Amino acid sequence: MSGPPSPFAATAVERRQLSVQQLVRLLLACVTTLLLVPVLGILAVLVVEGGPGLTWSFLTEKPQRLGAAGGIWPALVGTVWLTATALLVALPLGVAAAIYLSEYARDNRLTRAINLAIVNLAGVPSIVHALFGVGAFVHFLRFGESILAAGCTLAVMTMPVVIVATRESLQAVPKAFRDACWSLGATRWQTIRHIVLPNSISGILTGVILVVSRAVGETAPIMFTGAVFLRLVPPESVFDRTMALSFHLYTVSTQVTDVPRHVPFSVALTLILVVLTMNSLSIWFRMRLRARKKW
Amino acid sequence: MVTAAAATNLLSVRGLSVRYGEHVALQGVDLDVREHEIFGIIGPANAGKTSFLRALNRMDEFVPGMHVDGTVTFAGRDLRTIRNLYALRRRIGVVFPLPVGLPLSIYDNVALSPRLAGVRGRAELDEIVERCLRRAALWDEVKDRLDGLGSLLSGGQQQRLTIARALSQQPLLLLLDEFSIAVDPVTTMRVEEVLKDLRRELTIVLVTNLVQQARRLADRTAFFLGGRCVEVAGTEALFSGGARDQRTTDYLEGRFG
Repeated sequence: MSGPPSPFAATAVERRQLSVQQLVRLLLACVTTLLLVPVLGILAVLVVEGGPGLTWSFLTEKPQRLGAAGGIWPALVGTVWLTATALLVALPLGVAAAIYLSEYARDNRLTRAINLAIVNLAGVPSIVHALFGVGAFVHFLRFGESILAAGCTLAVMTMPVVIVATRESLQAVPKAFRDACWSLGATRWQTIRHIVLPNSISGILTGVILVVSRAVGETAPIMFTGAVFLRLVPPESVFDRTMALSFHLYTVSTQVTDVPRHVPFSVALTLILVVLTMNSLSIWFRMRLRARKKW
Repeated sequence: MVTAAAATNLLSVRGLSVRYGEHVALQGVDLDVREHEIFGIIGPANAGKTSFLRALNRMDEFVPGMHVDGTVTFAGRDLRTIRNLYALRRRIGVVFPLPVGLPLSIYDNVALSPRLAGVRGRAELDEIVERCLRRAALWDEVKDRLDGLGSLLSGGQQQRLTIARALSQQPLLLLLDEFSIAVDPVTTMRVEEVLKDLRRELTIVLVTNLVQQARRLADRTAFFLGGRCVEVAGTEALFSGGARDQRTTDYLEGRFG
């Protein structure tokens, strides 16, 4: 076609920039997709190796021969107990601390020290938390080796993520809402109770997810504080000692002889399924809350 | 029109200064606001207009680093002697520059303040909600969807919702901070009509960056500049060349700001 060149024709520079932009985009997409590989890989291995062994009787029967045969019922129940205890301790304390830090605390030296402590607490290795748990909960508070001691140790370990997740979501509530509420004569607590908290439930649920995932999976913190190698009956109170899936996985993988190859995989698959189930529950709940757009 | 001598002052401000940390936002403001008047405050950005409003309902409690000096007498009480600041704020309604529909239903937005103050009866709340929405000229538009979220109304509707909410606490004083910057001209005109009506029941301090809005509404107008109150005068006098200060005249004639 003849005529004057189109005012929208790309110049040489623009053409080069366009191809660079497409290259970058492709590269970023590839890297992101690569992240799926380990996730799917883990799931695939577990399902292939452990899936056939994961039967109803495996879940609901007592272990035999130190776990080399039989099922995992006491460990499964024990893990639920431990996780629930950790959640019941970590959630209220963590949310309370987050509310204080986000809504009340002024930016002073003490607040900065607390924030620093929270960051550091998140970085402490779990085996160190275990030793702290032995000292603080088992001996000093005289909980003994029990679900309570182990749950509290897990709670201390997961508290930082609850605090951080909750604080972020509290701070995502627009400042203008607080100003408006205060100008109506509301106290700080009334404002938090009626406006801020109801709009940060999703962040609090994120905290729940993180607590559950870590509490279900951690082995070291419970090893010296309440988890046992073998206990054929499920726990009946928080003062009992208990088996736990994570610890059981460790023992059947390394400590017990003559374990059939599939057993550790089946235990691991159960562990993953427990985490996934609990997480899906909170994600579903969170999506229901978010379905109503608020602002 | 009430004569100056007969009118009582709802608000007396003497030597009011506001600073944020080291930054002085307002200093040495002396003025009186009479009962049942619309008191306009005009001035360019950074004149200290918003800081003035914040000092009136003691929002310094919520703003870190904000310090207020000087005396403000409101309804006969020195603000510094009032222990129950929540009751004070209930007597003062505030409308912010940007509409703030709280993420509650329209009904709950208006009922929030009465509820926080302890009103529980459904009938009483219904009555307050309807009365306030009517007075804010919003009732006809929302009466069929009071359960809808207030934060999803249009900007102009949200601003009227904010006014209804401010009225729900039966304030003696209504503070409006540039209420029209985010609403359309039609809503602005409707709100202005509402304000003229409200003058019979309460006192209004209207901060505005629209000089003509002050002229339309205010009985008296103060000109703020650089953290000081340059002058206070009857609006008509001010706009018909009666300004004593050259800077006021310059601002009114659009030579700066």
